[in-house]
Amino acid sequence: MATGTEPHSTGGGVRTRTRAAIAAPHLRTDRWWLAPAGTAAGLFAFVVYSTWRAFANADYYAAPYVSPFYSPCLAENCRTMRAGPNADLFGSWWAISPAIIILIFPLGFRLTCYYYRKAYYRSFWASPPACAVAEPHTKYSGETRFPLILQNLHRYFFYAALLVAAVLTYDTVLSFRDAHYRWGHMGLGTLVFLANIVLIWAYTLSCHSCRHIVGGKLRHFSKHPVRYRAWQFVGRLNARHMQLAWASLVSVALADFYVYLLASGVFDDPRFF
Amino acid sequence: MSVVDRQEWDVVVVGAGGAGLRAAIEARERGARTAVICKSLFGKAHTVMAEGGIAAAMANVNEHDTWQVHFRDTMRGGKFLNQWRMAELHAQEAPDRVWELETWGALFDRTKDGKISQRNFGGHEYPRLAHVGDRTGLELIRTLQQKIVALQQEDYRATGDYESRLKVFQECTVTRILKDGERSEMGVPPAGGRGRVSGVFAYERETGRFFVLKAPAVVIATGGIGKSFKVTSNSWEYTGDGHALALLAGAPLLNMEFVQFHPTGMVWPPSVKGILVTESVRGDGGVLRNSDGKRFMFDYIPDVFKEKYAESEEEGDRWYDDPDRNRRPPELLPRDEVARAINAEVKAGRGSPHGGVFLDVSTRMPAEVIRRRLPSMYHQFKELADVDITAEPMEVGPTCHYVMGGIAVDSDTAAARGVPGLYAAGEVAGGMHGSNRLGGNSLSDLLVFGRRAGLHAAEHAAASADDRPRVSDEQVDAAAAEALGPFSAGGGETAGDREAAGGGQGVGGPPENPYTLHQELQQTMNDLVGIIRREQEMEQALKKLAELRGRARRAGVEGHRQFNPGWHLALDLRNMLLVSECVARAALERTESRGGHTREDHPTMDRAWRNVNLLCALARPADELAEADPARGRIALTRETTEPIRPDLLALFEKEELVKYLAEEELYE
Amino acid sequence: MSSYEARFQVWRGDAEGGGLEDFRVEVNDGEVVLDIVHRLQATQAPDLAVRWNCKAGKCGSCSAEINGRPRLLCMTRMSVFGRDETITITPLRAFPVIRDLVTDVGFNYQKAREVPAFVPPAGLGPGEYRMMQEDVDRPQEFRKCIECFLCQDTCHVVRDHEENKKAFAGPRFLMRVAELDMHPLDAAAETGLDRRATAQDEHGLGYCNITKCCTEVCPEDIKITDNALIPMKERAVDRKYDPLVWLGSKIRRRTGAN
Repeated sequence: MATGTEPHSTGGGVRTRTRAAIAAPHLRTDRWWLAPAGTAAGLFAFVVYSTWRAFANADYYAAPYVSPFYSPCLAENCRTMRAGPNADLFGSWWAISPAIIILIFPLGFRLTCYYYRKAYYRSFWASPPACAVAEPHTKYSGETRFPLILQNLHRYFFYAALLVAAVLTYDTVLSFRDAHYRWGHMGLGTLVFLANIVLIWAYTLSCHSCRHIVGGKLRHFSKHPVRYRAWQFVGRLNARHMQLAWASLVSVALADFYVYLLASGVFDDPRFF
Repeated sequence: MSVVDRQEWDVVVVGAGGAGLRAAIEARERGARTAVICKSLFGKAHTVMAEGGIAAAMANVNEHDTWQVHFRDTMRGGKFLNQWRMAELHAQEAPDRVWELETWGALFDRTKDGKISQRNFGGHEYPRLAHVGDRTGLELIRTLQQKIVALQQEDYRATGDYESRLKVFQECTVTRILKDGERSEMGVPPAGGRGRVSGVFAYERETGRFFVLKAPAVVIATGGIGKSFKVTSNSWEYTGDGHALALLAGAPLLNMEFVQFHPTGMVWPPSVKGILVTESVRGDGGVLRNSDGKRFMFDYIPDVFKEKYAESEEEGDRWYDDPDRNRRPPELLPRDEVARAINAEVKAGRGSPHGGVFLDVSTRMPAEVIRRRLPSMYHQFKELADVDITAEPMEVGPTCHYVMGGIAVDSDTAAARGVPGLYAAGEVAGGMHGSNRLGGNSLSDLLVFGRRAGLHAAEHAAASADDRPRVSDEQVDAAAAEALGPFSAGGGETAGDREAAGGGQGVGGPPENPYTLHQELQQTMNDLVGIIRREQEMEQALKKLAELRGRARRAGVEGHRQFNPGWHLALDLRNMLLVSECVARAALERTESRGGHTREDHPTMDRAWRNVNLLCALARPADELAEADPARGRIALTRETTEPIRPDLLALFEKEELVKYLAEEELYE
Repeated sequence: MSSYEARFQVWRGDAEGGGLEDFRVEVNDGEVVLDIVHRLQATQAPDLAVRWNCKAGKCGSCSAEINGRPRLLCMTRMSVFGRDETITITPLRAFPVIRDLVTDVGFNYQKAREVPAFVPPAGLGPGEYRMMQEDVDRPQEFRKCIECFLCQDTCHVVRDHEENKKAFAGPRFLMRVAELDMHPLDAAAETGLDRRATAQDEHGLGYCNITKCCTEVCPEDIKITDNALIPMKERAVDRKYDPLVWLGSKIRRRTGAN
């Protein structure tokens, strides 16, 4: 028979006894590790940045701009933002950064997002690290039990994300003021906010849960022509869900960073009119 | 030796393509315990390759369509050589067979009002082909496969066993039909055609293990013979197994000279040469051009079709939008006409760089439409030839596609002649398509006659319940020895096997490589009995076939019986050689050109041949030693006059048209 | 036209054991990997076991792994590899091996049987079915499946965890459930069969962690994850985790409206 016959191992997975006796956990020759490594690096960078900014509790408001990390701002220790997204629902007992209250929602939305799930299952949990590359775990139960069964809550985070996106839209409207709260002005920050809000909405609406809710759940599109059109529109966005997930992640960080630079006095917002 | 595993079934279906599965469904629903045997995995049959659609006069798109019009088109396409009763039943029953698929879960493309959409195809007067994009065959197979599973689920609920009433033996090959009342002279029809079918002898490809399925009724649905040709659209399974099994069991084959060369197969790159380019490309607007950029088909409209086809490009182009007031473009002539025209253009030096002609949709439709309507063609050219059909023309040429000839059957019952209990349906059965098959008529043929074969096989089995035919040990031993032959020629697996195989068959000479033999056979058939035929070449082919037959007895294989493709091929060679000889002999005999049979030395259709069938049968007792004489073939040919066409069916045609086909005496009867 | 000699490693063996065997073999312009396997059979290894059938990417028989990636042998062109590259071909590694490149794919046929078939609607005879194209588009995409089982092979749920084979139907058959659930005329619900609930309870939808390898390997470019698996997950949420839907169905049941 074949040269270099390999004895059967007693391992699991691809090395289960009945399968072709091949010792290597995988035989891929391409740079399969590149994608998960890049994903891990990108997500890690965002986590580090957002943790720093969320706990900083400073430099998040530079009139008329409010950082998306701190909007809406729901505790008494928030900076007062004139006509801004202040709503003191939590009172004075909340002592740490008010960003923590609100960030739960976009964080939950992205954590349970079907794209991000793929991204971190692959890059952080190596389950699997790449296609046809053996994963290191001996047991696997997927999303069948606690805690991962909670991924099914994605839809509620989607509803919450809609509200957050509405507030951020409001913030973007407010950015058409100048530093003295007069309407009808624009600065570079306005453009940053506009770009961010467009990407946030595109990402939010391209969500798989959204696609299901607007029309995917229907059996007969022909009886619901409007929802069918909506489903098709969301479907086109949904095909770009991954790109939108990354673009909006970067844009929200950039919007926050822009506010930070203004608030900490690194430079002044270039005004157009 | 006789420790071969045996099982009792009522009906055994050989082949799991469209016809086989439809037969099995019918037999099982009629209460027969049914076994299906197929060479590939369940659901991989060659039927998946069918692209265009299923022809059925449902009149969903053009309300004028009726079974009579469909019948007429079928007879015209077959040049009136069709077994007319089959063409009639086919046209009448096809719509029901299509509709029934929907109740089993099939999802065809739809019209605006939600009915099954139908498309135009060569030779069909109205848009008639129910389709799913260009993957209709896949839909058909999957639907039938899932219906089988549904029946098995039913049986599971009733008996606790999925396979109690309907079982698929996948990756198994049948090498012999077994018959009752015969002794060791296997395969020889005893005087008077007695000898009922008693079962089949088969082996499991995975293990090489032999087994026997005993059954009073066997349906052969093994498809075609294309693997005997070099350039073919057919898959490896198409080795003419069913044709050979029937011959060896004593059933004659009908009109084997008619082999359809599909006009449009891929010609480049070499490794995909022959792969089909669906006729829907032309049905949806694709045109054929030669190297001068000319739409040459206008020069090749034969007289019998002159009134039916457009004379100018403008008229042809208008037809796509307004078929009632314009005639169709000649690209949609029956396949034999188009194939010959392409052949002639290439020969005249007006071919494409790789020896075909150009088939162009890129200048005819927007890229978006092409990708939507011809997705698998787009995919196929992109992946295999690196050609973007939305931007450049395809290169195409004729490829061996289908055999119209086949087992001679009774039109109504699909029963093979001369062997009680043997049935045949689908491509392996002859008669239905006459001398040339219309596109789309194949899938409907599978369904209509698959069902009929299953029905009558089940009835035959029920009638034999009290008197089941016997399987003799001698026959089983002989079949086993025959199947082990290649091992003794090639060195053998074990001493026991060699002994069992008869100690080397006593044939001198070095062992032959079955792959080499197969390649030589394909080259011979392609070059000498191909699309254009000449007397001398066919005589030469017969000589070569005799030589190959001798060498094939020394085809040896290495290794053992477990999933050994060399061994499988060595066994298939027997079938291909038998069938090839039938094709060559019948083609030599028929001195006219008609449909899928074109003689350069007899270039016109001869009305005197219209009512002549050629039947092939085994020449004489299959005495393996006497047969070593290569000069004598194994096939005897007889002529037979066909039954006159029923007057009410003849009345469907205009007299002027009939004059072109029928002999004087047929007209004035 | 130019030919060259390529280096191949082909796994040969059976359930008892085996290993990679080296070959040097001629490669011509325009060839696919299956052509090379055939050349090996014809010239060097006549008993090399391989499954194939149509050689045109339509039947899904010649599934194997090339350089560690699940692919169809007939649709992998030699031109995608460098001439100095050694090309490794192994059988599918998620299924029991039979011999050489042939594996036992019985798992898939067993799972196919466990999905309840299409239920024809009562009161509609053959020929009376009316369905609109926009309603059949979705299930038609899934019916493009050629059952090559590459998705079943690459899915880590069963590839890396033999023990999950019992509970998990795999992408191909979860997609089949989705196809039937989206069929405009399937009457399963009328017979008391809830395909959404069974997708999770009986076919193991929850095992899927949507890492999309099934979609990546699909030779028919079916968007298995986005169009079948995720919509089924959402439909399961409708049934089991959505209080609004739950409340709505209670109210509707009470008012009897539908």
